[in-house]
Parts: sequence; C-alpha cells; structure tokens
Amino acid sequence: MSEIKSNAASVEFRNVTKIYGRSPTPAVNDISLLIEAGKLVTLLGPSGCGKTTNLRMIAGLEFATSGQILIGGNDVTRLPATERDVSMVFQSYALFPHMTVRQNVEYGLKFSGLNKKDVNDKAKAGLDLVGLSGFGDRLPSQLSGGQQQRVAVARALVLEPQVLLFDEPLSNLDAKLRRHVREEIREIQQSLGLTVVYVTHDQEEALAVSDRVIVMNNAVIAQDGTPRELYEEPANTFVADFVGEANILDCEIEAVAGGVASVRLGPLALQLPARGQTPGPGRLAARPRRIEIGAPGEGALPGTVGKVTYVGSHLEFMVETAFGGVFVLSSQIDSPLMPGAAVGLRFTGRGPVLITA
Amino acid sequence: MRVRESQPLLHPTVVLWTAVGLVGYALLPWYGMDRNFFTFGWLLDGYPFKRSVAPALFLNLQGEKLWLAPIGALLLLPPLLLLRRGKSEPFFSRLLLWVGLVGGAWFLLQGFGIGLRGFQWQWASAIFGELDDRQFGMGYGAMLTGCAFLFFFTLGLAARGAVGGDEFVVGSIGFIVAVVGIFIFMPIVQMLLSAIVTQDGEYSLAVFFSKFFSDRLWGLGCMAGGPRCGVAWNSLFLAVLVGVVTTVLGLVFALVLTRSSFRYGAVLRALTVLPIITPPFVIGLAIILLFGMSGVITQLWAELFGIQPTRWVYGLPGLLIAQTLAFTPIAFLVMIGVVEGVSPSMEEAAQTLRASRWQTFVTVTLPLMRPGLANAFLLGFIESMADFGNPLVLGGNFDVLSTEIFFAIVGAQYDQAQAAILAIVLLFFTLGAFYAQRFWLGSRSYTTVSGKGDAGVHPLLPSAFRNTLFGVAGFWTAFTLLVYAIILYGSFVTLWGVNFTLTFEHYIKAFSIGWTQFGIHWSGSAWSSFWTTMQIALISAPLTAAIGLLTAYLLVRQSFAGKQAFEFGTMLSFAIPGTIIGVSYVIAFNVPPIELTGTGIILVISFIFRNMPVGVRAGVASMSQIDRSLDESSLTLGASSWQTFRRVILPLLRPAILAALVYSFVRAMTAISAIIFLVSARYDMSTSYIVGRVENNEYGIAIAYSTVLIAVMLAVIGLMQLAVGSRNIGRRKTEDPQVSGWRSNVSLPGRTQPIAGGG
Repeated sequence: MSEIKSNAASVEFRNVTKIYGRSPTPAVNDISLLIEAGKLVTLLGPSGCGKTTNLRMIAGLEFATSGQILIGGNDVTRLPATERDVSMVFQSYALFPHMTVRQNVEYGLKFSGLNKKDVNDKAKAGLDLVGLSGFGDRLPSQLSGGQQQRVAVARALVLEPQVLLFDEPLSNLDAKLRRHVREEIREIQQSLGLTVVYVTHDQEEALAVSDRVIVMNNAVIAQDGTPRELYEEPANTFVADFVGEANILDCEIEAVAGGVASVRLGPLALQLPARGQTPGPGRLAARPRRIEIGAPGEGALPGTVGKVTYVGSHLEFMVETAFGGVFVLSSQIDSPLMPGAAVGLRFTGRGPVLITA
Repeated sequence: MRVRESQPLLHPTVVLWTAVGLVGYALLPWYGMDRNFFTFGWLLDGYPFKRSVAPALFLNLQGEKLWLAPIGALLLLPPLLLLRRGKSEPFFSRLLLWVGLVGGAWFLLQGFGIGLRGFQWQWASAIFGELDDRQFGMGYGAMLTGCAFLFFFTLGLAARGAVGGDEFVVGSIGFIVAVVGIFIFMPIVQMLLSAIVTQDGEYSLAVFFSKFFSDRLWGLGCMAGGPRCGVAWNSLFLAVLVGVVTTVLGLVFALVLTRSSFRYGAVLRALTVLPIITPPFVIGLAIILLFGMSGVITQLWAELFGIQPTRWVYGLPGLLIAQTLAFTPIAFLVMIGVVEGVSPSMEEAAQTLRASRWQTFVTVTLPLMRPGLANAFLLGFIESMADFGNPLVLGGNFDVLSTEIFFAIVGAQYDQAQAAILAIVLLFFTLGAFYAQRFWLGSRSYTTVSGKGDAGVHPLLPSAFRNTLFGVAGFWTAFTLLVYAIILYGSFVTLWGVNFTLTFEHYIKAFSIGWTQFGIHWSGSAWSSFWTTMQIALISAPLTAAIGLLTAYLLVRQSFAGKQAFEFGTMLSFAIPGTIIGVSYVIAFNVPPIELTGTGIILVISFIFRNMPVGVRAGVASMSQIDRSLDESSLTLGASSWQTFRRVILPLLRPAILAALVYSFVRAMTAISAIIFLVSARYDMSTSYIVGRVENNEYGIAIAYSTVLIAVMLAVIGLMQLAVGSRNIGRRKTEDPQVSGWRSNVSLPGRTQPIAGGG
C-alpha cells in the first residue's frame, strides 16, 4: 500500500516581468517573492491584477518575459510545463470527460515511468485521501461539483509534486461547500507538508487557508504578510480596503519619536506605531469592528447616526462625523440608537493603523 | 525539474529522424513514384542495383548520381556529433539548424537544378560538365530523406526555444508549411510565371499584356449590341447575379424557418444537405432535361403556344438557374446563423419604442444582418466564379473564366500562357472576395449572441410580408424537388424528349455485373471509374482529415510567430477555384523533381489540398468547444504536447474526425473542376466519366450514374449521422457543428458552445 508523500520545494521569483504580446502594460511587473517549502501561500487580488499569470508562470504554462523563476533552487524559467514537477488544480477542474475518475487520476502517473502496480496503488491512495475510493469507475460527469473538485485535487496530489497550484478552486462551488472544501485542502496541505500556491479573489477564503497572503494590485505586490498582519496592519489604502472593510480617515501626524507617532484626529490625540510615516498629513485605517459606538464624551469622536441596518448577527451603523461617514459594526443588536442620535466613537485597543496613501 | 532517467546517449528525436533519413537514403528507391508507390513489385525488379529502383546509396556506390552523396554524409552528422549532448546546449540546436538548412537546400538544388535535359543552369554545366542523364521524379527514398532534413531543422528550432521548445508543435508547423508550400503555393506560382512565357518558350511581358488586356477577356461588345462580351465580364456579371439571388433566397428561407410559425423546418434543413451530395453539373443536366431543346417544359410550351423551341436556356439564363439552385442552400445556412444571431431584445426594444413589426424589421433587424448578408453574397459570388460543372454543360456561347481555362489547356489551342492569364483574372476575383470576407467582414459582425441567456422572443413578421416569403420559399422548394425528381426519372427514360418509355437500360449498361468462371465480372462501363473513385476517395479522406485536424490544432491551441500568415495560407485553398488547382498541377507536376501527372497520387494530393480546409474547419469548430484547461492540465500532469494531442484532444474530437473523414470522402466523389485536368486513362474518375458521357450526348447513362453517386453519398452521410449521434461521453449533447456547411468555401459565422471541464 503506497502513500502520497511530499516533495515540497520552495518557489522563488526574481524580478519577474510578463508582457503579453505587444500589450503596452505588463501583466506582471518586476515581481520578486519567495515561497518557502511546505507553506500555503495565497495570491490575492482583484481580477486582472496578475495573480493568475503568476500562477501560470509557476506551472510553466506561460513564460516570463524577463526575470528568473526558481523551484527548489533550480532555475526553471524556460522549462515547459511538461518538464516541471508542478501540478495544478484548475478553476474548471479540467477533468478529462472521456476518462473515468480512475483514469483521470492515473493519467499523470503513466508519464512518470512507474510500473503498472505502482500506478494503481498511487491512484488508489489518492482517491482514498480525498474520500472517493468507491468512485473510480464513474465518469466525471456523473459526479457532483464537489466530488469533481476532489478528483482534480487527487489527480494533482498523486504526482507528489514539488509545488501544488490551485487556481480559484472553490469558485464553482456553492457557499456552504466552499468552507468545507477549503478546510479539507488546508488539512491535506498541512498533513502532507505540501508547498501550495493558491489563487483567489475572495479575501475571506485567503485569510482562512493561508500561512501567508500576497496581495497583488496592478501587476505588482501590494502587501505580503500573514493573514493577521494583512488584516490588522494593512500597508496601504488598497489593502485596507480590499482585505475586509476599513474606514480610511485623514489625520495629522504631529511628531514621530522612537517609532511612535503622535497623531491628531479631530479632537482625539492618538499614539500609534509610526510604520515609517513622517510628520505631516497622514492616513488612518480603522476596521468597523474595532470602533465602539457609545455616548458622546471625553476621548470620543462626536457624530450623528445616519443609517442603521439590521443584518441578523449584528447592526451596521453609518455615523456622520466631521471626517465624513464612518462605518461601524456593533454586535449589540438590541441597541436603541436611532438615526439622528448623537453618539461618540471610540477606538478599541488595537484600533486604527497608519497607512500610506 | 521532474525527475527523469539519466540522459539518453542520443536525443530520441534525433535517432528517429536519422533512421528515417537513412532508410530513405540507403534502403528505398530514390526515384520514381507511381509504379512503386502502391505496390512492392520493385523488390523483385532488380532491386537494389537496377538504376530505376535503386536507393541513392547503391547509385552512389555504382558511381552514379554522385551529387546525392553529400546528402548521405549530412544525415550522419547529427548522430555522430550530438552523442551525449543535451537539448539545451547551444551546439545541439546550431548543428541541427545547420544540417537541416544545408541538407534541405542541397536537396532542393539537386531536385530543381537538374531538369529533363541535364542541368537547368548554364553555370552548372560549365562547372560540372554536361550531364548525359536526365532527372527523374522523386520517390520514396527522396521523400523520407527530405522529411529528415525538414525535421532536423524544426528540432533545431525547438531546441532554440521556438514555441516554448515544443518539438511536436514546431515539427507540425514545419510539416504543414512545407506541404502547403509544395502543393499549393509552388504550383500556383509556377502557373503565374508561365503566364509570361510565350508559345515559343520565351519570356515576354508584351505578349503577356496584350493577352491580358485582350478583347477576349475584357471586351464590352455586348453593351454596344455586339454578339458577346469579354469572358471576365461574363463571369463577373454571372457571379454578382448569383450572389444577389442566392442571398435573397437564403434570407427568405431563413426568415421562414426562424421568424414564422413554420413547422416543417426539418424539411428545409434537409434540403441543405443536397448540394453536398450532388455532383456540381447534375443540376445543369436537370435544367437541360427541363428547358433544353427537347426538355419537357420547352416541349409543353411549344405545343401550347405553338412557339418554336429555342436554345435560350444555354447561356446566362440556364447558368443563373442552375447555380442558384446549387448555391441557395449555402446562403441559407449562413443566413440562419445570422437571423438567429440578431438578439431578440433589440427587436423587443424597438417594439416598445412604438415601431410596428414592419418598421422593426426594416430599421433594426435588417441593418443588424447587413454583414451577414454581405457574407452570404460573397460566398455565392465565389462559388459561382469557381463553378465549373454547370458552365461546362450549360454554358453555350456564354463563356466564363473557369471553362475558358479548361479549353485553353485541353482544346486544340493548348496555350498554357493563356490558361494562366485567365487563371490570374479568376484568382484576382475570388481572392478579392475571400479577402473581403475574412478581413473586412470578419471584424464587423453585429451578431449579438453572447454567453448570457437572452430570454426574449423574436417577433413574428408582418403577415403580408410573411405570405410573400411563404410563396417564394414554397415555389423554390417545389422547383428544387422537381429538379431532383427529374434526375431520378430521367435515369429510367430510354431517350429523353424522344422516347419516354421506362427502362433499366442505362443502369444495365453502366453497372451490369456478369459471372465468369473466375468469379464476378464487373462488365458495366462505369465500374472502372467508380472503383477508381472509391479507391482514391478512400485513400485521400483519412489523409485530408489528419492534415486538417493537425492544422486546426495548431491554429486553435498554439500561438507562434506568423500564425496569421499560417492561417491565411492554409485557408487560402478555399478561395482557389478547382480549375486553377488543376491547371497549376498540370504545369508544376508534369516535370521532375515531382513528376506526378497521369498517376493516382496526383489525384489523391489534389483532393487532400482542395479539401484540407474542410478538415481544418471541422477541427477548429469542435476544438474551440474543448476547454483549454484540459490541455493545460494534461501538460502540468507531465504529458508532452504530442501525448496530450493523442490522449486528450483526439478522443474528444472523435465526431469531428468522423465528419472530416466523411466530408472529404464525399467531396472527393463529387469534385470535377480540378480532377478533369488530372485524370488519365488508367485513373478515370466518376465525375469526369459522366462529363465525357454528357459531351457525347449520352444523357441517359450520365444521369443514371449521377443518381447512383447521389444514392451512395446519401447512404454514407446517413451512416455518419447515425454514428455521430451515438457518441457518448456522458454529458449533454453537443450541437452537430455546422455539418452541412462544409461544402461552401468560406467560413460560416460559428456558434461555439464552450464545454467547461466540469459539469
């Protein structure tokens, strides 16, 4: 009985640029990154930001216009997909419709120089791993969407690739199934210690599955960090806005000393990590959940409730302040606040962060 | 990198093509194609020492044809110098490119440099002395050796990183470019060049211009009341008329089918199969049976009104009727797509803006269809220009370019230059229309079908208009049916117009079977040409399908420099009338190094390259329905592009393969224009045999034979539809991809339906 093992290797981009045809703007612009072996790293961004191009360059389906791509320390920049030890789970799953599930899973093994028995065993182990042992003789069209997805994962896994790529693997599944499948993917990745590169445009999915998230925008990396860093300490307006919701407030940085900035926001004086900002006009990002809504008073930003929306698990407030509308979430759903009420907004412990514009 | 076994001693592809090249050089007869192409009699006929069947190696060893020796030496270079060298080393690609280039150039040089009378060029005989030997046509050996050099070259290109370094793809591109170059461009260019050669074999531009601008071509005598106009004007006038009439009729049928509550659409769609299975001149024959001197309608008319029967139908009127009958179904197919392509919501919007049905049709529907109408017109135009069969039987004194070319070559005048000049004019018209169709219309389609479901319903037409449409469509359908009924009936009539008693005489004469002591004796006069046709069609169909599908794969799935030119080149033979292919093949392949006239091979080759676009279109239509991620996933799973092609794409293309096979088979059986130049006593084809009978006024046999051909092809198509219908990969049925459109020359607006990988 054979098992699926891991040959996890790192992936490195060195100043990679990709320009399609004679397009004036690059699809990927001078990107350098390092994905450590055994980690699940997500490329996150809006459509057209270059994340899928990156993934396809790792797979060898596109070739970089300039720069270097290394897998496991070897330069694979010009190596075609066939010769790279990388497998990919496609958005459409791309199961071969004329082959059974087992034939699909065995497909790549047949080109790996294994003997017939090993091919069988590996395929069986792969199907076991994704919980589809009894489905080998079905055609892909006889499976549900979630099962097809798992066949696609098994087909990629059995090759024990150095890197496993996922291109928006959950986008064809319904919302309930999505959470379940993404947990399965994460579980398999962690138990086998695989290097996984995962592309999605869904920020919640990215935060949930990843060791690290690389946010891309306009062909460059906007921020690279752990899910928590990304959410709690967005580097710039784009990330703050794209990863979850954020209130972006203009403020005044009065002084910076020892990495701590004194920031003035209307009547409030805040001491915040400077994060490389210099005195002058600045910007704050504050998560709606990190703002408390209460009675006006000392240390609070005065405002008037503009709109209240009841969404079941919490209340959403739009509060008009001197700095424009501030969006606040409150889990006290029995709050008696009505539109027009005067309120005060207070920042909680890990409140706002300074960002670059 | 994927872990592989240790590096092989020699790159396997190098081994393969070295072996092929050496087999060609040292084992197979270098010269002479036809006699030893299909049989192996040469093995017993003095092989390997007799000159005519000796491999190049044995010729060289006997001290003959020494100019072939460097070829053998070049073939040995790659395996000797590339031992233990990897594909990624620069030397690998440089050597292969060099060997391929030098070998190929030498190969061509010795092929073309030596003609029937020794060296072609003065300087060559000055250096090497006069040859006492002539060049012979190339054979198996030469073919394989040529392939070896070609693929060394492409392997070298691939090793340098062309098309992502993919050997299979680069090799395929090289192969297609080479064969299209040899069998389409080279003959056409040779024909064009022969336009400036005078009867005495000298080059003269003056003669060319005097012929080119002669009254015979461009005269306007008929305008001034003279007897006839120039051939070019005749063709142009006829083609414009046919284009307009077929487009209007096509639109009428399409509107009846899609915009009225007409319930028998299946019948109309069935009519579109007819032009595929009807040899082109058969409609002309039926017109003669109806309207000719002894035609039934003419006779009826003469009796009723006491008017002397005339030959009015021979010429423009008859041609117009026959070609309209033949090409309306093609326009119909185009127009269905166009009419259905107009988004209902546009029309609904117009109606909510207070336009009446008629106003909606005139102000919205019709303008949206304008590019489609132009498309259908150009199709009819090209078809009419290229049509050869009908003018041949119906033309009378109304000469058109396609038949005029034929008579210039075949008639007593045998004037190659004249034929070439006529061909240039004809090519100018058809290529112009083809270019307009592809590049001008291509980017200008208003058809508004998108991936999103359009829930609207097309409005019905105003009732008076609808009744007119019904009237026209009904009349034309009845007429078409009458024509086919006449063909069937005519085949049983003793002597049309004279003796209408029914008889099997024609069938017996053509298709009788006798028994002798040796078994079945095919004693009917038609059997010989019938079996030849079957044989040639059966050989060429799979080759056509293979080349067509390979080309389609390259076009749909690969991107490479010069792809646009590649596509244009492979689709070009759509727009080259068969007559021109016929003439240029006669001119190009009558002399070494490719000496093919009078053989069966030339028929096969002409079918392959005439019908190649059919295979390409079939492949493109169904390949664009296969999601690209299937290929990509196969590649990322470690399959090479050849393995992907074989294991993923081909199995999914099975219906397209079948369709391409059947249609190239059917087209091979009905073709006449190119074939009539290329048949020989030994390889006569059905269609040219029938035309021969028509020329001898043996209408009975001609019609009986045509009926048999139509029946055979109906059976073939029926079987194919059964086979295709039963395909199952466990998903929803895909629409039969434009099956009946493939007779026509230019692409129809496609309606692709992408199949995603999941369900």
